[in-house]
Amino acid sequence: MRGLAILLALLLATPAYAHKSSDSYLTLRLDGTRLEGRWDIALRDLDAAIGLDDDGDGRLTWDELRARHDAIARYALARLQLDTPGGRCTLVAGPQRLDQHTDGVYTVLPLAGLCPATVRLTVNYRLFADVDAQHRGLLRIGAGADTVSAILGGEQPVQTVALEEANQGGQFLAYVRHGVDHIWHGYDHLLFLISLLLPAVLVWRDGRWHQAAGFGAAAVDVARTVTAFTLAHSLTLALAALGMLTPPSRWVEAAIAASVVIAALNNVWPLVQGRRWVAALLFGLVHGFGFAGVLGGLGLPSDALAVSLLGFNAGVELGQLAVVAVVLPIAFAARATFVYRRVLLPGASLVIAVVACAWLGARVFDWPLAGA
Amino acid sequence: MKRLLLIAGLALSPVVAAAPYVPAAGDTVVALLPARDDALRLLRARVAAQPDDVTAAVALARRCIALGRANADPRYFGQAQAALAAWWSKADAPDSVRLLRAELLQNGHRFDAAKAELRRLTAADPRNAQAWLTLATVQAVQGDSAAATRSCARLSGLAGQLEAFTCLAGASANTPRMRGSEKLLDMALRRDPEATPAVRTWALTLLAEFAARRDDATLADQRFRSALRVTPRDIYLLDAYADFLLDQRRAREVPALLRGRDNVDGLLLRQALALRQLGDERALAPVRETLQARFNAAHLRGDDTHLREQARFTLHVLGDARTALALALRNWQVQKELADTRILLEAGLAARDRQALRPVTQWVRTEGVDDAAIARLMRRAP
Repeated sequence: MRGLAILLALLLATPAYAHKSSDSYLTLRLDGTRLEGRWDIALRDLDAAIGLDDDGDGRLTWDELRARHDAIARYALARLQLDTPGGRCTLVAGPQRLDQHTDGVYTVLPLAGLCPATVRLTVNYRLFADVDAQHRGLLRIGAGADTVSAILGGEQPVQTVALEEANQGGQFLAYVRHGVDHIWHGYDHLLFLISLLLPAVLVWRDGRWHQAAGFGAAAVDVARTVTAFTLAHSLTLALAALGMLTPPSRWVEAAIAASVVIAALNNVWPLVQGRRWVAALLFGLVHGFGFAGVLGGLGLPSDALAVSLLGFNAGVELGQLAVVAVVLPIAFAARATFVYRRVLLPGASLVIAVVACAWLGARVFDWPLAGA
Repeated sequence: MKRLLLIAGLALSPVVAAAPYVPAAGDTVVALLPARDDALRLLRARVAAQPDDVTAAVALARRCIALGRANADPRYFGQAQAALAAWWSKADAPDSVRLLRAELLQNGHRFDAAKAELRRLTAADPRNAQAWLTLATVQAVQGDSAAATRSCARLSGLAGQLEAFTCLAGASANTPRMRGSEKLLDMALRRDPEATPAVRTWALTLLAEFAARRDDATLADQRFRSALRVTPRDIYLLDAYADFLLDQRRAREVPALLRGRDNVDGLLLRQALALRQLGDERALAPVRETLQARFNAAHLRGDDTHLREQARFTLHVLGDARTALALALRNWQVQKELADTRILLEAGLAARDRQALRPVTQWVRTEGVDDAAIARLMRRAP
């Protein structure tokens, strides 16, 4: 009889649909070996597991939540592992935002990472396993034209998802994109290239710049410079990627910054004239090691080393050509003006040199500097 | 205050994973969370300090289950199961764990598994009143009135008269004995003015439903109102009273009754049905979208515990008889309470599907279900 009265409420139990059981929504996309996605996790569940509502008043403010963002990312990422036959995928979380789901507000954890291989993905999901045995992770993962769904967690914390066979073509294209991305977001390479391009439409004579005779001459000069740069960095990129030659990245990065300083200053006080392709060749060797560092960070799939190396290099060249295609016609059109020769060329080059000097300092002496 | 209103509005927002956003200011209230529950924290701390202590784990699980029922919030059931994790898959778990395991299986609509657990438990401990009561409940939900009645009989020697009669009334709900049960229960309730609020509400709600089933609307309304005075926030009671008002074409009273309870899908469904009856399409539209999104979300996780409500929603709010019939049929394979039978008849008639109706009409006749609404539907059935 004792205790029975309380539990008699049993017969009045409403069906279990109400409110909602705990779910997280894990949406991933695999492009080649690059993993991207978002993970929506209910604030209510995070509050129960690690505490968000600092003052316990039931009203969670953005400040209270922001203060816990790092803790949330650590907690969540420690409970999700993605493995492929080639090894574990890396996974990092970006800045969190919010989103509304049917049962309340969720934090949105942007995810990025790299998987060594792409065919089969083994997901080990243990989020909230120790606090809510009925929590589930609702996975949707896209690869190519394929989308696979799975319900993760509970009695099956480890599940393997078969994805569309990764084809060599897809992998090649994915690395081409990495290469293009790197040129466009790697400002040091970009500024080096621009420093070499700006004077290509001019000729240094009698201590000052004159306009080049025709577009043909300028184009030949640019082609020579870009080809030399390409040959050189392809060589060192391959050497480093294959593990034959790997100089310390700090000195590579510093040397790249130095190369930008020298190339830019050479436009103001020309030492090397007409033979910019030699400079491009020499410094290209250094930049190649820099590219290799990026490629290493992306994680080269051991089963498709040549394809991804080739793809990455092709991407770098494409990115480079796009820069040339934009800068060269403009420079050529403007080459006859006084402004271009006496203001823009030296001015822009000096700015580039100053920026690169700052990078150099940051890379050699560890000065704190954004973007270095 | 404005921000709070905004959040209240968001709770009804049907948009799922539309566009992530960043709040404008640091002091923006981004979510309302359950207020800190110190009793629950204390129980959790005890379990954390002594993970091998089955008494502490059972106390925590029991508290979670109670919270889950009181709020119709299944997250608490998951937390209860987690508290019992160390014993969850053990066949030789202590009786106290096995009882809660059965209750959690029941809440997840895994009735056969729950029944098997309870049979073992009552065989090992025939004086476990709670186990007999839970077993009777599961048997009644599955439509096995004879077995449920036998389980209630075992309970009668172990519990008070009011509890035993309430158990019997639940067990006979699908049978012609229902009228006799109602009289007995009414008498037992009058004799026991000391009954706890939970038991009083339970008995009064059953009595109100029984009166409604005899078309005695005045008495039913009176009993519902007495129950509401005892426990105004009881979800089962609110569900039942809202259904009664809808049947009486008194939809106008429903929104006020259920105000502020949008987070419970069953109550929100009654809101939608009321707005539908009132023809208030503008107010209905967002509620309809919210409910649809919630049913979709449950479907994504493979949750089938809401099929009855989804069938009602699909038939009466969306007007899709064929889909509603499929849902109602699947639901009826699992549970056969009066509401399950009724929605199946309604959907089958709306879809004009003789074949789908045959088993249920036959079952209603064999069992002798005594209910005015079912009788009206049966007259239209082939």
